[in-house]
Amino acid sequence: MTLNWKTGGLLLGVVFFLAVLLVKPIGVSTQFVILDGIIGNAANSELVTQTEEGWTSSNAYLAKSGGKYANSVANPLNYSFVFVIAMMIGAFLSALARGGVSRDERKLPAIWYANYGDTPWKRYAVAFVGGFIVLYGARLAGGCTSGHMMSGMMQTSLSGYIFALGAFATAIPVSMMLYRKEG
Amino acid sequence: MSSIILALVIGAAFGAVLDRIGATNPNWIGRMLSLTNLHLMKTILLAIGTGSVLMFGGQMLGLVEVGHMSVKAAYVGVFIGGLLLGAGWALAGYCPGTGVCAAASGRKDAWFFIAGGLLGAAAYMVTYPAWLASGMLDDILGGKVTLGTVPGSGFDGLSAIQGDLLGIVLGAGFIVIAFVLPERIVGQGEAVAPAE
Repeated sequence: MTLNWKTGGLLLGVVFFLAVLLVKPIGVSTQFVILDGIIGNAANSELVTQTEEGWTSSNAYLAKSGGKYANSVANPLNYSFVFVIAMMIGAFLSALARGGVSRDERKLPAIWYANYGDTPWKRYAVAFVGGFIVLYGARLAGGCTSGHMMSGMMQTSLSGYIFALGAFATAIPVSMMLYRKEG
Repeated sequence: MSSIILALVIGAAFGAVLDRIGATNPNWIGRMLSLTNLHLMKTILLAIGTGSVLMFGGQMLGLVEVGHMSVKAAYVGVFIGGLLLGAGWALAGYCPGTGVCAAASGRKDAWFFIAGGLLGAAAYMVTYPAWLASGMLDDILGGKVTLGTVPGSGFDGLSAIQGDLLGIVLGAGFIVIAFVLPERIVGQGEAVAPAE
């Protein structure tokens, strides 16, 4: 069911191109910060506040660049946030149209099962820790696989190349150590 | 309002394509990063090349607004952050975009990835002042630069080479690498397609 790389790569490239043509390059990881801000602001309405010049925050990160992130937290119905929600809708419908992800896979990916057996909770803990490291790293780097690696290298931006170099330098050895069996 | 419609259309297309190329499947990611099946790597390389050639080609023909480019700054933290992201990517089998799409397609572990991600992003929000003070967020090599100098982009070039032309050449390079890259580097036999 997976597309041949020639078709898949062409389609993916066209999507990245259309994004730049019509709006701006694709990026995802910032929206984790925006959702955190929305949750934080719901718990404590002092987090994001309006000033005469626009929105700001008691959190230095949300307040940086003239309150760009604080503004998105205050107005979640913006392009970038809706984009990520739409990605989920698109992936959901696409998966549904190809018959859905199998029950076994939804519980545990085959590559995990092959290496560590039927240990779903261990897998969920690893996914949680992985998520923490990925997003911490992405925010430190200022982008993720979409924004830095794909959109960045496509635009010949130096930072995209620096990012990709760092990402593969750890991703390959870590993966080779953890997933010896192919699943 | 029209920007919201564009977000819905392009976002949904992106999510659907990520699902169809196997990027939301940790088995494909694990095999790509373990170098036992590079099918997805070929897909990604071809995509970067295709996007690059279309964008810079369109710019040269005057069909693509150069002002839509958005180049991120280069600083030491980009490399450190990349190292961290790579480790987590290998560990979980998800990156931010593919993680949210995998969760939407019903993968339970991806929801744990998102929860961890929200906590990790929050941890960065809290520790940001320390990174800022460390100087590791300060621009290096010109900060927001492209490898060549793209006419009218407003971004400086690392070199004086004509940026749009260089973009097409590099894009073509990515496409060539996608074609010559073997399906498998580590292990033996035919590269096996991961389970759905």
